[in-house]
Amino acid sequence: MSPYSGSMYHGSPLLLPVLGPLTVNRVKGLPAHLFCSLIFVIVDFVTAMLIRATGQKLMSTYHRSLQLLNLSCVQETAGHTHVGDLASLIFLWNPFTIITCAGSSTSPIDNLMIVLSIYGACSGLSSLASFGWVVSTHLSLYPAILVIPVILLLGYGPDAPPSKLFFLKKSNESGGSCPKDKTCSEQKSKEESHIRNFCWRPVLFFILWSLIWSSYILFLSFISLKEFGGLSEMVKKTHGFILNVEDLSPNIGVFWYFFAEVFEFFRSFFLIVFHINILFMLVPLVIRLRHRPCFLAFVYIAIMSMLKSYPSVGDSALYLGLLGLFANELAEMRFSFFLLCGYVGISLLSPVMHNLWIWRGTGNANFYFATGIAYASLQTVLIVECVSTILKHDRMLRNKLTT
Amino acid sequence: MAPTRARATIHTSFLLLLLVIFLSCDLLDRIIASSGEASEEEFTEELLLKPLPDKKILAHFHFQSTVPPSDSIGHHHHLFPKAIAQLVKKFHIRELELSFTQGRWNYESWGGSDPMSNINAKPPGVEMWAVFDLPVNDINESWKGLTHALSGIFCSSVNFLESSTAYSAPHWGLRTNSSSMRYGALPREAVCTENLTPWLKLLPCRDKAGLASLLDRPSIYKSYYHSQRLQLFSSDASGIILDQTLTVVLQPNVQRNGMPNSYDRFLQPNWSIMSMFKKKVTGQCALAKASSIFIELEDGLATELEKLGAGESWNNLAFDLSVAPDRVIKEHNSMEGKSSSILYEFKVVKYSKYEPLDVGIKWKLPLVWSCPEAPFHARRFLMGSGNERGSIAFSLQPTQSRDQFLSDSHKCTVRAVIFQVVPWYVKVYYHTLQIFIDGRSVPVVDVVEKISVSPSEDKVSPGSLQMMLRFPCDMNSTALAMDFDKGFLHIDEYPPDANQGFDIPSAVVSFPDFYSSRSYLEGNCLKHPPLLLKLQKRTVLQSYTEVLLVPLTTPDFSMPYNVITFTCTVLALYFGSLLNALRRRIGEEERLLKSKDSKQVGLIPRLLSKLKGRTLESHQSSSGSTASSKPGAKWLFKVIFVAIFAVLWHYYSNID
Repeated sequence: MSPYSGSMYHGSPLLLPVLGPLTVNRVKGLPAHLFCSLIFVIVDFVTAMLIRATGQKLMSTYHRSLQLLNLSCVQETAGHTHVGDLASLIFLWNPFTIITCAGSSTSPIDNLMIVLSIYGACSGLSSLASFGWVVSTHLSLYPAILVIPVILLLGYGPDAPPSKLFFLKKSNESGGSCPKDKTCSEQKSKEESHIRNFCWRPVLFFILWSLIWSSYILFLSFISLKEFGGLSEMVKKTHGFILNVEDLSPNIGVFWYFFAEVFEFFRSFFLIVFHINILFMLVPLVIRLRHRPCFLAFVYIAIMSMLKSYPSVGDSALYLGLLGLFANELAEMRFSFFLLCGYVGISLLSPVMHNLWIWRGTGNANFYFATGIAYASLQTVLIVECVSTILKHDRMLRNKLTT
Repeated sequence: MAPTRARATIHTSFLLLLLVIFLSCDLLDRIIASSGEASEEEFTEELLLKPLPDKKILAHFHFQSTVPPSDSIGHHHHLFPKAIAQLVKKFHIRELELSFTQGRWNYESWGGSDPMSNINAKPPGVEMWAVFDLPVNDINESWKGLTHALSGIFCSSVNFLESSTAYSAPHWGLRTNSSSMRYGALPREAVCTENLTPWLKLLPCRDKAGLASLLDRPSIYKSYYHSQRLQLFSSDASGIILDQTLTVVLQPNVQRNGMPNSYDRFLQPNWSIMSMFKKKVTGQCALAKASSIFIELEDGLATELEKLGAGESWNNLAFDLSVAPDRVIKEHNSMEGKSSSILYEFKVVKYSKYEPLDVGIKWKLPLVWSCPEAPFHARRFLMGSGNERGSIAFSLQPTQSRDQFLSDSHKCTVRAVIFQVVPWYVKVYYHTLQIFIDGRSVPVVDVVEKISVSPSEDKVSPGSLQMMLRFPCDMNSTALAMDFDKGFLHIDEYPPDANQGFDIPSAVVSFPDFYSSRSYLEGNCLKHPPLLLKLQKRTVLQSYTEVLLVPLTTPDFSMPYNVITFTCTVLALYFGSLLNALRRRIGEEERLLKSKDSKQVGLIPRLLSKLKGRTLESHQSSSGSTASSKPGAKWLFKVIFVAIFAVLWHYYSNID
């Protein structure tokens, strides 16, 4: 029987033979999904380790670039946190992550693939980055937009202060302070090599590897679905299902209720509007944050998990974990207490409202939808604040450099 | 000149007359020829009345029209309804059954194993199935056309069966193997007189004459159960046979003199056609080939009569028939030690307007008997609470009559076939099937002999389950349970009264090991009236389960505008504020701020400062240090203000 007959399964055909047997095999005295949850715990642990490694890379690069700018004092005054450890701990101890594992949702696998792609791009491993990107796109479509930060990461290397600052510093030095002798010019040439140029080699490799991986994945899917309608059926039932928002079961987002209530003749219009909304912000973000591709990836992931058609707490767990990677830069973020309280409040209220509506029948759909709306607003505030804080941070660096 | 002209005109008119005569002779010939054909179109009407053990009366009207195979089907008919013939021709129907039912057939007290209840018990609402004589690809198209045509003919919403979410294609669950069958049911369809009138229009005499004139609307729709059915067989060899049946279970008015006593309490009510239908039979439909009324005493009652020594005569010590029957037909029963049912036949042809027929029965002795039950009683129910998930359970329990069906009930096994269609919003997890025999869980593979499942697809097709079970005869209970999730629908997909819940159509449970039939050996078998031929047919025992009512979660139906505005507001907030954050050049702003006179203070800080009782100046002096947080606070205030406004507005709009 085709895995897609009967509207029950909308995942990848390759995930099914891996996870399917785990949910069926039962050991006496243990719940049926125990093995599945164990797998997800391991996957989450690997994700956390990758986040830690990414954080260490980020730290070292950032440290080096600050030293180049003679701005090590910034680090000393702002405090020095091991962001890798912090981020992985936040990720592992996040209640959302734990709930996702207990509920055997498949989002840990999506998260692992996304983090794999970022890690690969950070460490310059084109094949790994392309593998993560291709698989995560295959699994849940939205990570396709991560191609921009991944290419920037491969081209420019990990996050650094804006390249303008390096030019500024260079012009300052050439303007007067540096005496015109040989050592200085040597140093200058050395510094110039640190002013980052976009190098095409890893990007070309990335594109090549992506082609290889995607054809490989499509080939595997084709083999597993040969008898049941082939790849068109798969695309219709996985990516088509994501884009069409066919399932109107309640989730923590807002679109399920929106599309359950909206008039039928407006449906396609709003589908387009909501999906364009994700794409619309890509370009402005790239323009302002191209020197910080890792942070760009974080913002994209947060936007994705807010505006995707079937959001889950697993997606939130990922971006909240990645938030820890930028602890040093975001130290001055406003509303952090308000946001924390908001997240705690929503995660307590939402299950209560769901229970009241679905199980007890005493509540109303609007109560639950209100928590969804509040959650979306909180995420909006978080994204906007993060972006403006980073921009402010860059501004602060610039001020430090000019004065 | 004038006479010659006149002669000429006479001549031509004579010629014309001759021509007309020739032509009319030709026409007459044709008419005679066609009427010779039409003489083979037949119509018969029958009525069977049967006292039931729970003091109710079953009245079963049976009208049969037949048309022999010919080329003129659908063009010209004398008795056969043209609309039906055209349907058969257009949609290439082999078999069709359409039933409109109100009420539930009571299998415990009205019988489950005799042919009458086996054939005529139908699930509530509309049930329709059809077998087509078409290639597989064209069947769905033909089914859609057929449903529309039938809903037009019968003034009903049969056209709801058109959508692919409403019908399924059972291969072996309902009848023997046929891939060209479609089955659909509308359990909530209300059946009323507007469906009966077009049904009666198909009869050659309508309800103006014959037995159909007995169909008094108030007494029919007052009944406990009524099921109006249309069954059609068509083949190249035998033409089209159209059976129209109406089965009614009535409670006769009890008219007793004096005080009720214990003796009276067990006495069956006396009834007659007049007392039930407020009319008498005033002769047969002139176009009917045969017209007769039967009174059936089922075998349980016949056994009681035999015990009393009452015999078969029409006025014995247990009861009196008001009219002498024309014929007494006794069932031929092969089993020993069991008395068989008795049929009293009355020919309507002998009666007329001046001498109407009013058959009735008057009981003298109280009689208690039980109806022939099916060997197993099938029921279905829902388990679980809440609106997220639940489970459907079937239970099969042996009845008292099991031992009659099974010779050796200790070593044998019994087969049962369950056919179930569930709408797509009840998402059944077929892998969770659990089977319990006598309360103990049994591996599925031990019991299920054959299973075919077609899972439901959201908004496309319903799920259907066909399952053949084999279990030991001596079990005391068999239960099956399957889990399901409840779906969430779009606001337009809910019916007007959404909180009432959704109906899952009845499941069909059949027992291929058991058959029900009557055999009447008297006389020539072929000369039997169509109703008796029908009762003689060997059919597999089957029964329908109850309709299930599944409550589904409902969204707030008054909210579409609010939801659209709220969601769009959040999205606009996200979009606007993020774009604002990206666009803003802080350096330039700072320069602007420095150059600007900083005396202008926003409304809200001023209000706040007033609230706090501070002077504006002191606030201004401190505002320099908190300049960085001011735009954010302003923004937050705006958000809260909009939210409060929205909540208030929603509150007041809901009050209205």
